[in-house]
Amino acid sequence: MIGIEHYLTVGAILFVIGVLGIFLNRKNVIVILMAIELILLSVNINLVAFSAFMQDLVGQIFAMLVLTVAAAEAAIGLAILVIYFRGRGSIAVDDINRMKG
Amino acid sequence: MIQVFAFYLFAAIVVASAVMVIMARHPVHSVLWLIMAFFNAAALMVLVGAEFLAMLLVIVYVGAVAVLFLFVVMMLDIDFAAMRAGFIRNFPLGLLMAAILLAELLLAVGVYSAGGLTLGAPDGSAMQPATASNIEAIGALLFGRYILLFELAGIILLVAMIGAIVLTFQPPKPGARARQDVGKQIRRRPEEATIMKNPEIGQGVEL
Repeated sequence: MIGIEHYLTVGAILFVIGVLGIFLNRKNVIVILMAIELILLSVNINLVAFSAFMQDLVGQIFAMLVLTVAAAEAAIGLAILVIYFRGRGSIAVDDINRMKG
Repeated sequence: MIQVFAFYLFAAIVVASAVMVIMARHPVHSVLWLIMAFFNAAALMVLVGAEFLAMLLVIVYVGAVAVLFLFVVMMLDIDFAAMRAGFIRNFPLGLLMAAILLAELLLAVGVYSAGGLTLGAPDGSAMQPATASNIEAIGALLFGRYILLFELAGIILLVAMIGAIVLTFQPPKPGARARQDVGKQIRRRPEEATIMKNPEIGQGVEL
């Protein structure tokens, strides 16, 4: 029978793939944003699994808030990407050093 | 039995698509694999009875976020091949870190399933009633106890929308293109817009 551990394992694997994606595609901001979406998806799977197996709907409410923030983050991130590309003609992460951070 | 089979099928596809998201050569392929991953994650959520969230995932992620990604990838003219330069070099270290992280997470899951941890029990106030469907129960909770959270989510979306518009809005450059001036158009009269000429026969017209 499928238990909560199965869902937690899928969530853990997705989370790790997202982190690995940030490591591997260090230069490509678009793929980094997509990897962040994967990480948020894994968090959502965890929340839904706990919510379903513990008979408590609050987890699903929380997952909806995570979804909201993920959508807002994608919109703002892509808008920043577009204006950065307009100004510099490149979105390579290595070139983003104007603030000397 | 069928539930077990469905779980392993969807879980395998979601993991495989997630791997393809970070490995694909072109970001457009990454976006398409991301859509695949979201569909299968939604199927996983349907399996445990969270239908509303699954549909929300499909609508929000596939319908909005993924299309936004596609637009941006296609709008920007970028040499994606050059961006994969450090891919092979970072691969061993990244894989090592990922393996360590995964081992830690799975260890935590194993400890939990071995019964070494006790989680707090829910108080039952947010339980899904046997008579109500998932969406009914979520609606009652969302518009009741969590109404402030719901409105806060709306404000977050509003701020994000305004922020994205403000960031990407370009005021039109003066003189870049003929622009409509309504007042000038309305002030225009026939006597200043046309001139009457009565040329002699056989002679040209001087304008």
